[in-house]
Amino acid sequence: MLCYAALAVPFLAGVLAAARPWHPRTGWMMAVAAGLVLALGIALSASTAGGVAITALHGAIRVDALSAFMVVVIGAVALLAALQTSRVMSYEIASSVTTPRLARQYAVLFQVFVTCMLAAVLAANLGVLWVAVEATTIATTFLVSHRRTDRSLEASWKYVVLCSVGIALAFLGTVLVYFAAIHAGGHGAHHHAATLDWTSLMAVSHRLDPGVMRLAMALLILGYGTKVGLAPMHSWLPDAHSQAPAPISALMSGVLLTVAFYALLRFKAVADGALGPAFPRAMFVVVGIGSLLVAASLLIAQRDYKRMLAYSSVEHMGLLALGAAAGSTLAIAAVLLHILGHGITKSVLFLSSGEIDHAEGTTEIAKVTSLLARRPALGGVFGVGLLSLLGLPPFALFASEFNMARAEVDAGLWWVVAVSLGCLAVIFGAFALHARQLLLGDGVADPVAAPRSVIAPLVVALAACAAIGVVAWPLQHLLTAAAHVVAP
Amino acid sequence: MGTAYAPVLDLAAGAVLVCAVLTLWRRDVRAIVTMLALQGVALAAVAGVLASHQRDAGLAVTAALVLAVKGFVVPGLLRRVVRADPGSRETAPLVNVPASLVFASALIVLSYVVSAKVIAVSPSAASRLVPIGIATVLVGYFMLVTRRRAVSQIVGLLLVDNGIALVTFLLTAGVPLIVELGAALDVLLVVVVLQVLVVHIRDQIGTSELDQLRELRD
Repeated sequence: MLCYAALAVPFLAGVLAAARPWHPRTGWMMAVAAGLVLALGIALSASTAGGVAITALHGAIRVDALSAFMVVVIGAVALLAALQTSRVMSYEIASSVTTPRLARQYAVLFQVFVTCMLAAVLAANLGVLWVAVEATTIATTFLVSHRRTDRSLEASWKYVVLCSVGIALAFLGTVLVYFAAIHAGGHGAHHHAATLDWTSLMAVSHRLDPGVMRLAMALLILGYGTKVGLAPMHSWLPDAHSQAPAPISALMSGVLLTVAFYALLRFKAVADGALGPAFPRAMFVVVGIGSLLVAASLLIAQRDYKRMLAYSSVEHMGLLALGAAAGSTLAIAAVLLHILGHGITKSVLFLSSGEIDHAEGTTEIAKVTSLLARRPALGGVFGVGLLSLLGLPPFALFASEFNMARAEVDAGLWWVVAVSLGCLAVIFGAFALHARQLLLGDGVADPVAAPRSVIAPLVVALAACAAIGVVAWPLQHLLTAAAHVVAP
Repeated sequence: MGTAYAPVLDLAAGAVLVCAVLTLWRRDVRAIVTMLALQGVALAAVAGVLASHQRDAGLAVTAALVLAVKGFVVPGLLRRVVRADPGSRETAPLVNVPASLVFASALIVLSYVVSAKVIAVSPSAASRLVPIGIATVLVGYFMLVTRRRAVSQIVGLLLVDNGIALVTFLLTAGVPLIVELGAALDVLLVVVVLQVLVVHIRDQIGTSELDQLRELRD
């Protein structure tokens, strides 16, 4: 029942948004829908944390602790993004950046996007998971090009072409897994016996042909890795994330990337069974280190604060890949905590950077200064968000990065930890430099207050992020249960 | 069907690859779209031959679906894009046509190398042809990175997709029908989305030469 509701609520909200012309109320309705998804995610987590899985719709939907956790992340980020939607659309319409017609299109696509992400994490069949992830690309295209400028059109063209091609490789990988399952032997080896269902794949995983699975895993990492934004397939990411309206950047960076990563976690578990941990680990290490190096080198001289946040997503996806490479229960639990912490923090930062862009009229770092003095509330939220993003205590990302590093050392990947710490130090320096330019400096006489409706949700989100970092115990049980789904 | 099965399958799968290579050879964007349509028909023929050989009703449905979507609907959508931009030619691809053809033959050799392990799992008349599908995928990629017209890039994307569909038919006689339907719908929507995007781009900058869009970089 709960899982039907999790899909139906955002879908019906989309139908409602389509039925009437745009009105600021539509934005609040979307926020209510996202809040319900979050509540349903928490309820699903409570009922699956014991290690049971809920199935529905003749086995097409399957919710285990991992899926339930992802529903929570999607709900939380969608709530933050939806809360700002009404305001963003209102000022865009007021300044004729957009029209009420496009605002309605935005609202509908937003809901379709959220529904597709939920379908991806609730699907029992890994083929259906693929269909849903590809559908997210289609839903977000016109959200990226929402402003219809040269740059946003260029960004969305690159986004669709690169992600469709990437995800096509993931389809080939999925087909190869299916092929390996058909020939896994056992019961007559006829192809109708084999499926792409998660449970049946895990049941035969140790009998899958290693040669085929190696090729499949390489294609899956390339394919879903494109959507995750792992280097060297990341080149669409800074463009799309910097050109989309702020709530969409928040959703894409905060949760779409990690939904694709969720697909990789599932396939990695199947590949671990067929190949042992060494081969998948090597692949994850390569893309993880690559992403950290790319992010570090491009963050130093970054001139645009939205692109800065986008490259930081490449960095964090790299950290997730390294955590997955370690692969123990501790590592995966830390990866999941990182997914949640990054989702919330990055949404806060993209949403506040949207406000900064709106207030200052530019996204160039050099043209914005002394925000803390001139716009204390907005600058404060942005600054605290950066502290959280850099993994400082007490925020959740500190706990997750620390535990991922510990798990990597346990797995004998100490050199990986050394390289990633080096990259993180460079990234820290780059962020400190850019933050100094953006936030510090002498202010003019009267500071400008930001509307409380904008600041309040962001403050609550950052507080939640800190609370999770300090007292992870309410989550500990769920995180461990979710990690057990894909890690022995 | 009996004895004719293997040669007919060879012929249809071969036609898929030939069409892919011919898209590299032709400069006229209209001709490129025609090649893509022919490839869609050849792909449907592969699925049809396999369906009749294996007496697989699900695969027969898929074959009909492929014929409709990839043989007619998708090329039809692309022709609409081309018609709005008359006389468009791939005038200056990043790699010229003779070099492209040489490169394509290298890609075909490469695909035989990478497919060897997959064929070894279950050698059959169908799985022997997997390298043709992989080669089509690689040619599609090559087209995508070296061609500058919006339509050529969409065709490159669809070549990749058709190559993957060919591998799917040859190896597994198609994925479960629900996934097949979802994937077909996704392809169709991607083409629609890209078509609309081309219109927006042309309205905004007055050309479909994507080189004109070069503002976003680090």
